[in-house]
Amino acid sequence: MDKKPFEYAPAPESRALVSIKPQYGLFINGSWVEPLFKEKFATINPANEEVLSKISQAGKSDVDRAVKAARDAYTKTWSKMPAKERGKYLFRIARIMQERAREFAVLESLDNGKPIRESRDVDVPLAAAHFFYHAGWADKLDYAGLGNSPKPHGVVGQIIPWNFPVLMLAWKIAPALATGNTVVLKPAETTPLTALLFAEVCQQAELPAGVVNIITGDGVTGSTLVNHPGVDKIAFTGSTEVGKLIARSIAVTGKSATLELGGKAANIVFEDAAIDQAVEGIVNGIFFNQGHVCCAGSRLIIQENIHDEVLEKLKRRMALIRVGDPLDKNTDLGAINSAAQLAKIKELSTAGDAEGAFRWSPECELPKKGFWFAPTIFTGVTQSHRIAREEIFGPVLSILTFRTPQEAIEKANNTPYGLSAGIWSEKGSRILWASKELKAGVIWANTFNKFDPASPFGGYKESGWGREGGRHGLAAYLKGAK
Amino acid sequence: MSRIDVKKTYKLFIGGQFPRSESGRTYEIKGANGKFIANPSLASRKDLRDSVTAAKSALPGWSAATAFNRGQILYRVAEIMQGRQEQFKSEILALEGGTAKAASTQVEEAIDLWVWYAGWCDKISTIAGATNPIAGPYYNFTTPEELGVVGIIAEQKASLLGLVAAIAPVIATGNTAVVIASEKRPLPAITLSEALATSDLPAGVLNILTGKVSELAPWMASHMEVDGMDVSGCDSKLETELRVLGAENLKRIHRFGKVPSPQRMLAFMESKTVWHPIGV
Repeated sequence: MDKKPFEYAPAPESRALVSIKPQYGLFINGSWVEPLFKEKFATINPANEEVLSKISQAGKSDVDRAVKAARDAYTKTWSKMPAKERGKYLFRIARIMQERAREFAVLESLDNGKPIRESRDVDVPLAAAHFFYHAGWADKLDYAGLGNSPKPHGVVGQIIPWNFPVLMLAWKIAPALATGNTVVLKPAETTPLTALLFAEVCQQAELPAGVVNIITGDGVTGSTLVNHPGVDKIAFTGSTEVGKLIARSIAVTGKSATLELGGKAANIVFEDAAIDQAVEGIVNGIFFNQGHVCCAGSRLIIQENIHDEVLEKLKRRMALIRVGDPLDKNTDLGAINSAAQLAKIKELSTAGDAEGAFRWSPECELPKKGFWFAPTIFTGVTQSHRIAREEIFGPVLSILTFRTPQEAIEKANNTPYGLSAGIWSEKGSRILWASKELKAGVIWANTFNKFDPASPFGGYKESGWGREGGRHGLAAYLKGAK
Repeated sequence: MSRIDVKKTYKLFIGGQFPRSESGRTYEIKGANGKFIANPSLASRKDLRDSVTAAKSALPGWSAATAFNRGQILYRVAEIMQGRQEQFKSEILALEGGTAKAASTQVEEAIDLWVWYAGWCDKISTIAGATNPIAGPYYNFTTPEELGVVGIIAEQKASLLGLVAAIAPVIATGNTAVVIASEKRPLPAITLSEALATSDLPAGVLNILTGKVSELAPWMASHMEVDGMDVSGCDSKLETELRVLGAENLKRIHRFGKVPSPQRMLAFMESKTVWHPIGV
């Protein structure tokens, strides 16, 4: 740790191919409309606090308009169209997203703060792949094993988070349209820009008006959408706290819902693991996307006899993490998405100090403006510590140890969450045993944070209801399927 | 003088035992003809919690049993029920009235349903699992697994068939369950528990309570160790209340129609997807 990493010359991606309007209306019934509710709010670049644009806060009457447009499109157009043609619109969307991939990536990094390397190589290609994958399902639903001639719900209200804005949009919209639903989608208030760019993609694809409607706003808009009587089904990705509110509210209205919620994933390193690979996986597990990942490997559980060795290598590796300008192609760790999220990360880290865990971060210079947090690990963490129980949603790793494989499983499962888990071991039978014992919806063995449209994603326990992706993800958008 | 019948005391079924309610309470059951039949236990909140504890303790063993083994045991339940066919029939007749033929049909359908789900145990993963063709050098597969402890409020009318239709699919996949029997017609449920107790079904896999649905169901819905609920036996007002309570730990809550279906198994299963790199 005495040597600084190589000096790299700045390698910023150009902003030139992105044009951001000074302000945006709502995308309803195929065109841009001014909101009836006149309030606007700013969306900023979290890396430097520059105001990027003014966004409309959709009010109740705006939600009404969007739901009505989606209903009309469903009854008059979308539900009558042959499935094969419906699929072709999704193929078109996938292609246009590929064509405009760099634009999406730059805009995503500007609005979200994530490194361009990730938005360019992960978020946007995966988003396009989701449309491509689901496009092919549209006219094959009868063969999906989800009942005979399964039927869509109708109008789906979708609410997505700020951590993977365009990717979550694709996870939501692609299966909903492929199965024949129409959509009203609300992006997160801090990251609306790529969803608004997606509205242009819908126009270029000549998607029938009203099939996709995009309304912006905060939690009030979201709650109005959830409770709207014209919405048949809810799909939400976000916090477990809000997920429970939605579960209560639909208990009364009888809507169906899929929920993708929080996590506190265990990443277990057994003594026989390939340590160097495990260290790469640990870094990817917690520092990918600044740790703003519901399935992040935020609890590292190391077998006691290799704890010191793993820790030493992890620290050496962490010292090479480049924190800074999200648009720089060499950046590994970008900006924290918002002041509120930064405050939450700081609050929980302070609790880690106060409860007796030991904090360590590599030496790293953080930019003066914007929201930043250095990659951080805590050692000496016990299961009762808040940093072992609560989702931090930032670049903060809690390290625990175990002696026997049974103890590792017990610690890993000791959480109300159950979204994902990691296993590092070179022994096949141990991997299969551990993946059976872990109560989580996605298990990464000798890898971490991998996603694919063909691979179902979703959690056990309080991490949510249902799956997204793969054949299993279709069930969420078809009546009576599971 | 004709012989005096020896009547049965109907008790609860918790953790493989047949206790009375810890509360000491009972309630009166009358037949379709209005005459007194029995005083089964009026289960309490404590009985419910004991049942959840029993179901939770039985879960690791039952979920780890091979699907083949579970199928054998479910089939065994059908065998034992067949031998007690007359007893079920007479209880159904006494409680529900109707014809002897209808009572017989209900018992036969219930037995056949066990056979049907027995055969499903080692097939559900085949139809609901997948290997997923992902775009990269990884092996990736999805398998359905048991959800955990499931609370069941079985259909209230068909006292035997409704019960079997609810519990067989839940335990076929490795879940354990706590069942609130039909409130007014609980006797076939207790007799079923006597069949279960002699069917090699491990203690605690199924726990059956008799009593007031409106009293017990909210405790079940708010219990943090109950992972899912079948609310087919509730009216819609109670169902809403249970869904609100169940949101606290995001219980999987479902209501089903009458047709047996693999969906009834999958509703109380979770899909797990495992990734592993491929390489030399």
